[in-house]
Amino acid sequence: MSIAGVRIGTGRPLLRLSMSSRRGEALTGILMASPWILGFLIFIVGPMIISLYLSFTRWDLFTAPRWIGLRNYDQLIFRDAKFLLSLKVTTIYAFVSVPLQVSLGLVLATMLNQKIRLLGFFRTVYYLPSVIGGIAVAVMFRWIFGTQFGLINSMLATIGIQGPSWLGDPDLVLVSFVLMSMWGAGASMLIYLGALQGIPTELYEAADVDGAGTLAKFFRVTVPMMTPVIFFNMVMGIITALQEFVLPFIMTRGGPANSSTFLVLYLYRNAFEIFKMGYASAIAWIIFIYIMVLTIFIIRSSSMWVYYEGSLKGR
Amino acid sequence: MAERAARLPAQGGDTQWLELAKRLSIYVVLLAGAVIVFIPFAWTLSTALKAPDRLAEFPPRWIPDPVVWGNFPEAVTIKPFGRWFLNTLFVVGVATTGTIMSASLVAFSFARLRWPGRNVLFLVLLATMMLPDQVTLIPTFVLFRHLGWVNTYLPLIAPPFFARNAFFVFLLRQFFMTIPLDLDDAARMDGASFFQIYLRIILPMSKPALAVAAIMFSQFKWKEFLAPLIYLNKQEMFTVSLGLRTFIGESWGTEWHLMMAANIIFMIPLILIFFFAQKYFIQGVVITGVKG
Repeated sequence: MSIAGVRIGTGRPLLRLSMSSRRGEALTGILMASPWILGFLIFIVGPMIISLYLSFTRWDLFTAPRWIGLRNYDQLIFRDAKFLLSLKVTTIYAFVSVPLQVSLGLVLATMLNQKIRLLGFFRTVYYLPSVIGGIAVAVMFRWIFGTQFGLINSMLATIGIQGPSWLGDPDLVLVSFVLMSMWGAGASMLIYLGALQGIPTELYEAADVDGAGTLAKFFRVTVPMMTPVIFFNMVMGIITALQEFVLPFIMTRGGPANSSTFLVLYLYRNAFEIFKMGYASAIAWIIFIYIMVLTIFIIRSSSMWVYYEGSLKGR
Repeated sequence: MAERAARLPAQGGDTQWLELAKRLSIYVVLLAGAVIVFIPFAWTLSTALKAPDRLAEFPPRWIPDPVVWGNFPEAVTIKPFGRWFLNTLFVVGVATTGTIMSASLVAFSFARLRWPGRNVLFLVLLATMMLPDQVTLIPTFVLFRHLGWVNTYLPLIAPPFFARNAFFVFLLRQFFMTIPLDLDDAARMDGASFFQIYLRIILPMSKPALAVAAIMFSQFKWKEFLAPLIYLNKQEMFTVSLGLRTFIGESWGTEWHLMMAANIIFMIPLILIFFFAQKYFIQGVVITGVKG
């Protein structure tokens, strides 16, 4: 049994042991897994049920929650323009930045896979942005994107171009975020490099015999063979990007005009700045359902373009 | 086919040139990429060494004149930076210990023991890796607040002891699966308990994987932002990642030279550990197929 290449059972032949020792093994097994089982119940199952309940209430954290049925959801989906904007910008960010990152990572990995000298050096440098990740990157780029004294605009000014307000223009702020996310695209390269080395060289030799050029080999051999890895990283990347919080929180505080108020930032504001806990719980559930539906949809569609070796196409 | 083969020798010189040009262009692109990755770091360092009145210099200067090393001591003294650093070390240390202890134990159970419901629960565990944290955020906050844990480190260090981060269970389980099961059976014959097998056989054999997990988790914890933001209100309790934010001025404008000095101090442990433990990072990627 396997899911996304992960073997589930141990595949171990059952030893002929007495019933009592089998029972002992089972008991020990459950006991040893109990930290996670407990954590799962306390930190995941319980909170999920409670947050579902809270999402049907109005609650300010200090007085008792009041049941209001579907009003939070009704408000969010049909009336809250800020929320809909936040849904839109987060989706755009995730669906533009992640595919770009994946493509760039793939191209870099293919280049590094050509018996290149200095492989270690390039690998280190490209991986570095994801090592520092999150807040440090946000702080750096807040300075670099500065309108007046930021590095980019200063450089543009030296060649006589007046740079735009990267983080201050509602039409540009997402572009800036996507550009910044590209800076860390090298990280996924490591994964692709590993996967590339797993592609049988005969495939390339066969392509050579057929007179395929570099591009043809890339699109006809490399990409198809890499689709499971690409697919997995794309899914995880989009899930992560939809939950981005630190970048807008540090760089723009969600502005200008809420044009970078990502979903989790909007949730945070509602929950921890104005204490609308019920409303925020409803946002959390919408994020959750959105991600679930999206994931299921992507996985369903995967059979159309993901190539698993040894399986028939379309199965 | 035959036609093409006949034509090839004549082109030998050309293709060699083409090959050379191709390799050269790859190097050029890769180097350009490396420079782009490097620039923000260089600019951060350059800013951290500038005098405040030189920040807005035009054209921008890469090598500050004068070089103000004093920004570093200033950045760490105008804020309780030393305290933040120790706070973070404490949180990271305890949380990493918790994760390694719980995740290895749970992973051992999932990888090497047979018990009813195990395979189903493992699928559930994999599914929790995809679960967006927000859906549990508010009730968890309410719970910890109810327990009086706000403004303590417990919300940051208690969940790791319950393998809250399922990814590390997954990572260690994948590694434990590669160790031959005959070892366990032989040890069982000699009368070892399962716990002894875990402690005496599996853990010692898994040091590289444990190192991978410890390094990945501690880096993640060092950078963690949302949880400290929610649970820590008193400035002297902050972690470094949370403290960085206090350098961003609200009305007065930010003192970028100090902010960047602080940012560098924040990044140094991450970068140092990365350089010294690079092979573990690569191994982590190899074991799981996921970047950290």
